[in-house]
Formats: sequence, structure tokens, C-alpha cells
Amino acid sequence: MLRIRCPWCGERDETEFRYRGDASQSRPAADAGLAAFSAYVYERKNPRGWHLEWWLHVGGCRALLKLVRHTVTHEIRWVGTAQDQPSLPQEPGR
Amino acid sequence: MQGAARIAHGLLTDAARPLGFRFDGRPMQGLAGDTLASALLANGRQLIGRSFKYHRPRGIVTAGPEEPCALVDLIGAGGREPNHLATTLMLYQGLVAESQNRWPSLGFDVMALNDLVARFLPAGFYYKTFMAPGWAWERLYEPLIRRAAGLGRLDALVGEHAAAAETVHDHTDVLVVGAGVAGLTAAHRLGASGLTVMLAEQDAVLGGGALLDARWADWRQSTCAALSALPQVRCLPRTTVLGAYGHGVFGALENLAGADAASHGGLRERLRIIRARRVIFATGALERLIAFPGNDLPGVMLAGAALAYLRRYGVAVGRQPAFFLNTDQAYETVFALAGAGIERLGVIDVRRGSLAAERARALGIEVHDGAVVEAVIGRAGVGGVRVANRDGGQRREFEADCLLISGGYCPATALASQLGAALRWQDAIAAFTPDLSPAVGRMAGAARGVFGLAAAARNGEAAARVIAAELGHASLAAGLGLAVAPDPAATPIDALWEVRARGKAFVDLQNDVTAADVRLAQREGYEHVEHMKRYTTHGMATDQGRIGGLVGSAVLAQARGLPLSEVGQPKPRPYSQPVPLAALAGSEVRQHLKPKRRLPLHDWHEAAGASFVTTGLWLRPLVYSRQTGWEAVLREARAVRRSVGISDMSTLGKIDVQGPDAAKFLDFIYANTLSTLAVGRSRYGIMLREDGMVLDDGTTSRLAQQHFLVTTTTANAAVVLEHMEFHLQAMCPQFDVLLSDVADQWAQFAIAGPRSREVVAAVVADLDLSSQAFPFMAASAATIAGVAGRVFRISFSGELAYELAVPARHGLSVWLAVLAAGQPFGIEPYGLDALNTLRIEKGHVTAAEINGNTCAADLGFQRMLKQQVDFIGRTLSQRAGLGAPDRMQLVGVRPVNRARRLRNGSHLVAPTARTTSLGYVTSSTPSTELPGWVGLALLAGGQQHSGQRLLASSPIHKEATEVEIVSPHMIDPENVRVRA
Repeated sequence: MLRIRCPWCGERDETEFRYRGDASQSRPAADAGLAAFSAYVYERKNPRGWHLEWWLHVGGCRALLKLVRHTVTHEIRWVGTAQDQPSLPQEPGR
Repeated sequence: MQGAARIAHGLLTDAARPLGFRFDGRPMQGLAGDTLASALLANGRQLIGRSFKYHRPRGIVTAGPEEPCALVDLIGAGGREPNHLATTLMLYQGLVAESQNRWPSLGFDVMALNDLVARFLPAGFYYKTFMAPGWAWERLYEPLIRRAAGLGRLDALVGEHAAAAETVHDHTDVLVVGAGVAGLTAAHRLGASGLTVMLAEQDAVLGGGALLDARWADWRQSTCAALSALPQVRCLPRTTVLGAYGHGVFGALENLAGADAASHGGLRERLRIIRARRVIFATGALERLIAFPGNDLPGVMLAGAALAYLRRYGVAVGRQPAFFLNTDQAYETVFALAGAGIERLGVIDVRRGSLAAERARALGIEVHDGAVVEAVIGRAGVGGVRVANRDGGQRREFEADCLLISGGYCPATALASQLGAALRWQDAIAAFTPDLSPAVGRMAGAARGVFGLAAAARNGEAAARVIAAELGHASLAAGLGLAVAPDPAATPIDALWEVRARGKAFVDLQNDVTAADVRLAQREGYEHVEHMKRYTTHGMATDQGRIGGLVGSAVLAQARGLPLSEVGQPKPRPYSQPVPLAALAGSEVRQHLKPKRRLPLHDWHEAAGASFVTTGLWLRPLVYSRQTGWEAVLREARAVRRSVGISDMSTLGKIDVQGPDAAKFLDFIYANTLSTLAVGRSRYGIMLREDGMVLDDGTTSRLAQQHFLVTTTTANAAVVLEHMEFHLQAMCPQFDVLLSDVADQWAQFAIAGPRSREVVAAVVADLDLSSQAFPFMAASAATIAGVAGRVFRISFSGELAYELAVPARHGLSVWLAVLAAGQPFGIEPYGLDALNTLRIEKGHVTAAEINGNTCAADLGFQRMLKQQVDFIGRTLSQRAGLGAPDRMQLVGVRPVNRARRLRNGSHLVAPTARTTSLGYVTSSTPSTELPGWVGLALLAGGQQHSGQRLLASSPIHKEATEVEIVSPHMIDPENVRVRA
């Protein structure tokens, strides 16, 4: 089970949060067209390694968090607010 | 004298407290402190059950939870529970147990024929044999296999399992798993240094290896006393860590046996969810078997288990034991039994000239160097062994009444492996040790491959020192200064996995997997250790192959011509021990399975005779009658159509949206426009998912320029709130908008029917309710029966209707005031069923139609979609496929023969092509005004088929009803009534 350090509430169990998907995707502009929205909704990179993710703290402050998680080791390297723009670590996970 | 018997005083048994019990109907006697296994051995009992596949006689092999064979059914007043381990089941007065997997009796078992036809039951037998035809699986093969196989029989012992288990959440600095010498030392140093420690030990007593060595008795007692004096250390005996889940989260099962259970109101188990900053796995090492013919006979036991039975319970497992071993550590049992007065001992040592062999010879014990056991003599028990030199020469036979084997020791690595630790091969001990990430914790003692108690104490202290430093305690508290017996010098192990000779040599006793099965799997292409495991079932089931797992891997490695380090072991997963499902469920059973949400007026509804239905977590009144059938439902619904009814709508989701950008935000969330909504007006809206499908519908009211109230369907309340919060924070951070969930704050009632205006007027003083002043879709603050609330003129039923909202605490008084005002008009409360009847015949959709597969056009909402402005789902709702003429779209259906009923889920088929489904009935009800039944359906092509006749076919009811396709708006299609 993940333990996520919410910037507002402190370290909490994963069960308090709802996963909201890949945070490296951003919604295309209104006129970007069908292909761009199709890619946004359906295409996922599913990396083996570091991943930028949305997590909504539904069982706590209800803030939307961004976090950097390793998809193999589950290490969470960074947690921030929705507007932060972290860069993904270059090295492999622990 | 032959066989097992109690010969001495045991560390754990109380000779003054005999306990009576029954095994397979035979009365026996044990002592308080015994396990069922030690009590059976004390009664000379070796044969405990029959094996899974070949039904071979089996006995007790170990003295702990790794036991593969001694599984029993436990019989209680309420039933029976299978697969209890005799080796961990604490004896109590009146215990009744039965052997498993034998028919008709343990001594004579019909299925033992399997043993004689074993060459027809190779690995992968089921896969190869029970192939075609497909139907035979269900009717023939599976029932046969199930009868022949299986272990024990389940018949719930705790039928009502109400308070049998609980769940506890724990937090600690350090979790120490295993209370052997390493774990006890580490826990003491960390606790004395000021850190909080949980020490989990699967055994009923703390001590591990120190329990088996008299020289460590004082050390154990002093350390345990010091630990119990430290308030920040919690010692948890009988607690097995079942799983390591990462991020410092562990699951552990605490078994509350005997007196403990009584003092906890009959509680049997406690599931602990432990969150720790660091872990120390001091889980010890498990002795492993050697594969040789007959290594499964009752009386063949691991050497360490025999030591445990002697020290802990005073039971000698035999009077004439033979040993087959390859380490000096295993000689501890030889010396202990000799010391307890057993005289006729014989040792077969794989090695030549070991230090321990020299010591044994000095005691007058016969040791056969450089030799192996080729066969065990005996059919249902050990009568002797046939020994040969390792090169196969010099065969000779010896008498023996038990054979105590040891193939070395495997550090217990399962929990570390669950955390992703890679395994590293250690030649010195011929076993794997895990590379645990230091951020998680440390391995200590035998679990780290450090053998010997004094070495374990030093290693436990070292682990404590680094962890204390990592957690900010630079100086570790001093030790207790206890005298420590030094570990004797030892000759290293000489790994021996298998003795190749005639007969079945088992690598997995529980699943009856032989070394030959492993080789067969390799020959047939199942070379990877994970494939071999699945093909042969080696390492599966309750014991997870813990005493033979590495042996199977070694046989595979030899067959593949690879070093064992490259073949590896199958990946272990939680749970490390079988867990009763009741323990996982804890107290979340029956009515406590889920939380319940009750309406503010729940008690009134109940007193009014309502039947309730669960929707989501809510308990909603279904109908105000305890009778089943449509009569009461139609009475309630007709009251609405003819006069007036009142319904509790408080379960609807209510989201308060405020801020300068509230209108702009709602335009982005909703498919239709809400920014043009005037203050004091409501509008029906739909929201889409980004993929273009309809997510939810509801009315939104503008209470002030920057203040909206959104209502959602009951089922989607949480989903919609999350959807809005996510998009606000992720995509519209520049918007100044606040969202608040106010669902629980408001009680909301629908007053519906042609007389509803008169009823509402009687309770609302400060509002002109005329259609000119307060038209359809108006919304206003108002004083309702003296309470500040809100009035909305919205309708789900299709009648003239209002919804009144008041703070939840005033719900009852307002409800009663409305009932009183409605009395002259015969007002009826109506439940969810009547609500459904009304909305179906009106053609209003709910979750049955907004099912995640329907887009706006499918439900007739295409004109609501904004054309110019962006909103969630806009682009993908324009996909060509969503406009295809054959999409399933909303229609109304009515039986041609008005006397026939409709059924939800019926498939719509053409009378000429009954196997091709064109759509299905989503909702149906008897109508209040039209003759017979009406329904809504999703039909390919939708309204293009209007006026056509199809069949509504429900094969499970053996019904096919001719229906006509009509408009979904079957009552008042011109919307005259709502505007009255």
C-alpha cells in the first residue's frame, strides 16, 4: 500500500486518495481536433519507471495532488500541488 | 520400546494439567502447553493423514507453521473447519480433530490406488487428460477431480462469525519480525534507545532458537523481562506477519487462542495493519528436506522439529532415531536426544570428517561418514533405512523407528522478496539471502544467513545500531551485559538436494510432487521456475513449499544444467500463511459490511410502514407498504397523477458552486449552457465524460449571480463531485470557484401532482406561486412552514411539481406541515418505485439509460450540446461513430397485447430473426393512466423504428412478448401538465 505525504494533511494511506491518471497529459486546446483528444483520452505511455500522476485526496482535504511515483518500486519521490511542474528523475528507481 | 513418547519435562508443557482430546474418534490425553502435534506424538501417534494426490500415509514433518502434512479438520459445536495445522494448533480440553483426505478410514484408504497407478498421474496430468469434449468438464471431470482430491471439508465452525475477528491499525518506529535471539536483541536495543518497537512473533512464546538451547535459557528470560519493562516496546506473540506491502505497511494476524479469546469476548483473530518507519526481518531460517525415496513416510521428520518436540514438550519422536544430515547445526538434535537418554542413535552424514561427527563419536554415537539414505524401509512407518556411500557402494541396512533429516537451512526470505528484494546466492550456506533495500530496513540473524545464536545476537545489535542512527538516535542504548554461550566451530555444509534411487523422492509433500515430476516439467518445456511451479504445483497450497522449495529449484537447475543461483526460486506473494477470510473481513460483516446513510426522515418513513431499498449507501423508502406487488406502488403513483403526493428526495447529490467564475466553470463542465441562466431559475443539464458519453444529469439553479446549486443523481453524487473537483483544479486553476458538497445539509422533498400548488401555497407564505410569478423551472428562497428554505418548481414525474429544501434538522417539521396541508387533497407519500413508474411513463432517463455507453444523441439530448464553446466531452462527442444511424437509442415500448407484462433486460428481436438482438428493455412498469405496461428501451436505430412491432424476448423467463415501438414520452408529451 502506498503512503502519500499530502502537503496539507501529512502522510496518509493510499485508500484516502483516488487515482486520477497520468498527469503528464494535458488537455488539448478546444480546437485541437479529434486526433488530439483521442490521444488525450485513450493513449497512455505506461512507462516502466518514473511516472507523473494525479491523485485526488477525497478522504482528506480534497485537494488534487501531483506526484512522481516509480511504477516498479512504488517509490514516491515527490508530492506537490496541481500547479507544480516537477521534472522526472533521470536515474532508475531504488 | 519403539515409537514416539513423552520422556522428559517440556519447557512449555505443564505436567500437572492434563487435557483430554479426541483424534479420529479415539480419546487421548495431552498436557496444557502442547500443540495437537506434540500431544499426538506423546500418544505414540505418527500417522496423521493421507496425501493429496497419491493418498500415501503421512505424518508430522515439522514443529511449526511450515508443516506440509499434519493438516486436520477441527470439529466444534457448530461445524468443522479444515486445514488446521496440528503443529500450531494449541491443545485445549475437549478438542476434537479428524484426519483429512482419507476414505473410508485413515488405515485403509481406497484412493491409495492412485499410488499404484502413479505413472499414469504425472505432472500436468489434468492438463493432458481432461481435454475434450468441453461439456465434460462441468459434468464429469470436475466433479470427479473434486471428489478425489481436496484437503478436508469446510463447514463453518463459527457460523455467525460476528465478533470473531477485528482489525487494528498500528503505527510504530520499527517493526521487528521474529523474536529469536536476533529479534529480541534488536527490539531491546531500539526500545531502550527510545524508539517505539513492535515485536511480532508467530510462536506462542518468544525466544526462537533460544528456546531450544538450555545454555540460552537465562539469556532469554532476562531479555524478555527487560523488554516487558519497556513501555515503548510491544511484544506480540502468536502474531504472524502475512504480507509486506511497501511504504512500511505490513499486515499481521494475531491469533487469540484459548484464554485470550475468552477475555476478548470470543474474539478469535485480530488483523493488524502496521505502519512502520523501518523493519527488521529477524525471521530465522527454515530447515529443508532432502529428496530421497520414501522421504514422506510417517516417522520421517526434520531434525530441528525433533529437537523442538523434545525441548518444548518433552517428547522424543522415536526411541531408535536415525539421522540423515549435512550440517553441524543439525547435530544439535543428536546431542539433545542422546542427552535425554536415547541410546540407540545412528547418524548418516553426507560429509566426511566433520567437527560435529567427531564430537558425536566421542559420545559413543555411530556416525556413517560420506553416506546417504537410499531408501526407507517400511510401508506406513519407518522400520529402518538403507544406506549407501555417496558413490553408491557399500549398501547396508539399519533398524530405526524414525528418520530425522536435515538438508541445510534456508533463510526465511518471503517477506523481503515481497518487497522486491533480489535474492543472492550464498555458497557458504548453500542458500539464498535477500538484498533488502536499506530504506526499508535490515535482515538480521539467520534470516540474513548468519547462523549461530551468539552471532545472531551480535547481528541483531548491529541492525539495531544502523536503524537507530537512521531514525535520529545516534547512540544506541547499552546491552544487558548478559553472558552469551559462544557458538561452536562448525564444518560447512555440503549441499545435497537429492539421492537418485528407485522410488518416489518427494520435493513437495503437500502436493505430492516428486523430483521426477520436476524433471518431467523441464523435459516438456516448463523450464522457468515459475512455469515448473505451475505445471507441477510444487510450492503451492497452505505450506507454500517452504521446506522443499529450494530442493525443487535445485532439481530443476540440475536438469537444465544451470547453477541454482540462475534458476532461482518462485516469487512469493502475500499471504505468507493461510488466513481465514473471516479474519480479513474483521467486523465488516453483514449489516456492518458497508456504512449506511439514513435519510433525515428515516424514522418517519419506517414508522409509516416503508420498505427500504439500498441505493449506493442510502436506505431509501421503496414503497410505503410491506406487501410486494404493484398495487401499493400504483396507488402512490396515481395519487401524484390525480391529486398530490410527497416524496423524500434528500439523497440527490447537491453541490454548491460559488465564485466570480462559477458560471464559466459550469459551462465547461456541462454540455449545455448555464451561464445564460437567470437568477431565480433552474435548468436541466447533462454533463459528458471527456470521451463524449453522458456522465450524469440533473437540474442546476442560479440562486445569485455568483451562486449556483447543482443537483446530481443519487448514484453519481460522489462521482460528479470528484469529476468537478478534478477538472477545476487540474484544468481551470485560474477560475475563482469554490465547490462544496452540501448533500447532507439539506432535506429536500418533491410535492407533485395537479393539487401541489395548493399544498405548497399553504406552507410557503412569502412566495407568489402563480405560473406568472413562479413559472416552471423557477427557483427562490422562501420561508417554508416557518423555516428558511428554498422552493424549486421542477418535476421528475411530469406533473405540476415543486421541490422544497430546508436545512436537514428541520426536515421532519416541514414534512409534517406539508402532510397536514395536503390532507384535504388526500396527499400520499410515494417511494422510489412510484417515482420510477412516474418517470418511465414520462420518458425521463436515469442510471438504467445513462449507463456509460450512451451519448447525448442516443438519449435525445443532441440539441442541448453547445456548438461554439468548449466543454468536457465536446470534441469526442462529435465522433462520426456516435452519429451512426444504427446506434442504440432511447425508445418507448408497449406490449401489443395490453395484458402482457414487460421485463427489464428483455432483448428486442425481429420476429423473423430471433437470435439477433436489436436492443433491450432498460426500465418497465405498469402505467398509471395507459392500459397495461410501458417501458423504455435502447434500440438500434431508435425512433426510426417508431410504430414497428418487435418481440421482447426473455429466454430465462421463457417469454417473448410482442411490443410496439413508441415515443419514450408516453404521458403528456406536450409538457402541458408541468406548466399548469
